[in-house]
Amino acid sequence: MYGSGLLKGLAITMRHFITTYVDDLKWASRGGRYYNDEALTVRQSLKGQGVSTVFYPEEKLPTPERFRFVPFLVTDDPAPGTQWGKEWCTACGICAKVCPPQCIWIERGKQPNGRPKSEPEKFFIDIDICMNCGFCAEFCPFDAIKMDQDYELASYDRSSAHIHDKERLSKPLSYWKEIAPKKAGAEEEIRVFVDELKAFKKANKGNEDAADEPVFSPEKAKQLHYQGKYY
Amino acid sequence: MSDMVANSPEADGAPDVNNNPAESVAAILKERFPEHVIDDTREGYEGLMVTPDKIVEVTTALRDELGFNYLASLTGVDLPDEGKQEVVYHMSNLVQGGGPLTLHVQTDRDNSVVPSITPIFPGADFQEREAWDLLGINFEGHYDLRRILTWDGFDGHPLRKDWREAFYEEEVKPFGSRWPGGEVFRAEESNPYGKNVKYPEGWVPTGSEYDVETDMYMTGLENSMDPGSGMRTDKITVNIGPQHPSTHGVFRLVATLDGETIVGLKPVMGYLHRNHEKIGERNTFLQNIPYTDRLDYLSSMSNNHGYVMAIEKMLELEVPERAEWIRILMVELTRICNHLWALGFLLNDLGALQTPMLYFYIERELILDFFEAASGARMMCNYMRFGGIAYDLPDEIRGQDIMAFLDELVNERLPEALDQGDGLMTGNEIVRARSIGVGHLSAEDAIGYSVAGPMLRASGVQYDLRRADPYSYYEHLDFDVPVLYNGDIFDRYLIRMMEMRESLRILRQVLPYIKETTGAPTSTGKPQYAIRMPRGGESYGRVENPKGELGYYVTARRRDSNPQRYHVRAPSFINLTPLEKMSLNQKIADVVGVLGSIDIVLGEVDR
Repeated sequence: MYGSGLLKGLAITMRHFITTYVDDLKWASRGGRYYNDEALTVRQSLKGQGVSTVFYPEEKLPTPERFRFVPFLVTDDPAPGTQWGKEWCTACGICAKVCPPQCIWIERGKQPNGRPKSEPEKFFIDIDICMNCGFCAEFCPFDAIKMDQDYELASYDRSSAHIHDKERLSKPLSYWKEIAPKKAGAEEEIRVFVDELKAFKKANKGNEDAADEPVFSPEKAKQLHYQGKYY
Repeated sequence: MSDMVANSPEADGAPDVNNNPAESVAAILKERFPEHVIDDTREGYEGLMVTPDKIVEVTTALRDELGFNYLASLTGVDLPDEGKQEVVYHMSNLVQGGGPLTLHVQTDRDNSVVPSITPIFPGADFQEREAWDLLGINFEGHYDLRRILTWDGFDGHPLRKDWREAFYEEEVKPFGSRWPGGEVFRAEESNPYGKNVKYPEGWVPTGSEYDVETDMYMTGLENSMDPGSGMRTDKITVNIGPQHPSTHGVFRLVATLDGETIVGLKPVMGYLHRNHEKIGERNTFLQNIPYTDRLDYLSSMSNNHGYVMAIEKMLELEVPERAEWIRILMVELTRICNHLWALGFLLNDLGALQTPMLYFYIERELILDFFEAASGARMMCNYMRFGGIAYDLPDEIRGQDIMAFLDELVNERLPEALDQGDGLMTGNEIVRARSIGVGHLSAEDAIGYSVAGPMLRASGVQYDLRRADPYSYYEHLDFDVPVLYNGDIFDRYLIRMMEMRESLRILRQVLPYIKETTGAPTSTGKPQYAIRMPRGGESYGRVENPKGELGYYVTARRRDSNPQRYHVRAPSFINLTPLEKMSLNQKIADVVGVLGSIDIVLGEVDR
């Protein structure tokens, strides 16, 4: 029959229309469908039915652990009473070299005797140019630069506010552990293991009868797949 | 490759890849054109070297007698050290499949002239214009050799090695000013607005230089006699775009109308041009990966795939099994993602405003959620690396186990969504009336115009690189290449529906392998940030992108860390070539539908 295709399509639209209200009713007794974290999770999952809109900024999508936005520099957690912890960055320049749009500038510090210091004197990232690719964090050998998850960076003045300096970029390790617990945990374990291995090698230098070198257990390795290179 | 791959069902009708037709044809050509066609003996190069005066004869023979009737890619290379410029042709055999036949033609750099092959392959039209625009290669005999990506008053040919951009810093990255004495500056300040215009020395503006596009509008001035009433009617030239919602971005069409009927149509592009290829030549090999995301930004995973394959060929890297399976998983999900978007917009263009598009978006968002959990970004994934992938799959997504999520997505949610889309649109009388028989492209034209992907298959040519020149593990997977024969908008819609179902079929086969290989390595060796080419030469990596054949042509010199030439064979760009052909004698309202059925992304068209 001419027009049956149209009607079939309209029936599907109708079903969507009705589902929306059915879903609203379902959540009515459980705190409502909107502004409700539990409902938001379901709405955004494979089980989601009806309207899937998120009411930003009142509601925000949870970011997955790997979500990446402009980088930040990791520091030690500041000691009580101090504002800044120690920088992890050694100013080796790998991030500046690997950066595709070349948005990282590092000035390496100098010791009093004029030799280069393994610490950045200045560190800038032009976030207007940054393409959020994550290469800096991926290739940093010291876990000192990580991708942030704070995507609300709007400001009134792009010419000054969008070049982030060292102070603006530095965030404590506890922050990294908070936004990416699994990845941070895995990195921690690797660092501990590498230290163990170094200590072992130092202690047993030239000693052939020593016990076997410490190795990564498979269970440990399994946790580490968050950093592709160790797996 | 492990046993489990060897045991997987062998696909029917897969071409025999050992029997490479390109080699036998090369031998025939050398015999037929002695002295004019010789082997390319440079290190790392393959294919043939042809003298410019014989290229038309050689390509004619390839098209008419030797079965290589499809011009996959045409591009130029600047070789300042040798004082030469080179045109590179990649020809494909649509019937027998196999690798492409590569032809190189060299010409003098100062007087760069090569005969145009547009009379034989109309698909060379835009590609020759691009090579003229960016490299200054003059294609003799081209009917309309104008600039295509840069504007008509542009000074110089930007892909020539001695051309420098306004923000020029150094030949190649990494730039020395960043470390160890990094003094921050904004690139903008070195070329501030208001002072960024430089006229050539001795140039005095006369006003006539603004008339560069008059030719395109002149056709509208002729008038014609209406046979019925005997009335003389004017033709009208209508400018659609660049700021028009149905051009899918900043794309302009200059349409000449007789009444409501299209009698001439000129696409104008380049508004989004940033010279991706020049940037690519400044970049290191690794730095190009995130830039490929930005080409066809709806299918960044497949863009990554093509590029890493081209470089893996040069580095001779093996990809671990798990990485290959995950790549196929990602690429096929990308195909579904892209087709959902394409169909949503096609229907939008045909007048089904928003509804189908938004229904498809909901499913697309779920796939993007998965991409975000795996790679860290929804669209700019930057997920693949040379010799593998960046990270293994995550453990969970939105609190659900990742394999359970994928199972449910592939087996329940997506098939349901496709059925729903089918019910919503396929039988819809208005959709059928608007699309059946509109924008016809015959099989011969489709081949001649070098269109690729769903466009080609909707015109009755069963050609899919995943079958014709299998890469990754596609030869071990069981799937069909859908083909339809009417070559109109409706068939292009249907073929995308069918392809999504085939993709789901592939995904269903891939998921068990991903489950089995849990814990296996996902990349070869240690990741390196400074890769140097062990050998010089060329490499053409191509994949079946959702939009068609996506090829990366890369040349490099030994020990270099940056490509010498980096060219993208962009399917959206080349698929636009027959736009005028398809739109002629259609109504102006149908042009929008025809354009929608090509499925272009301006990030890739303009590069």
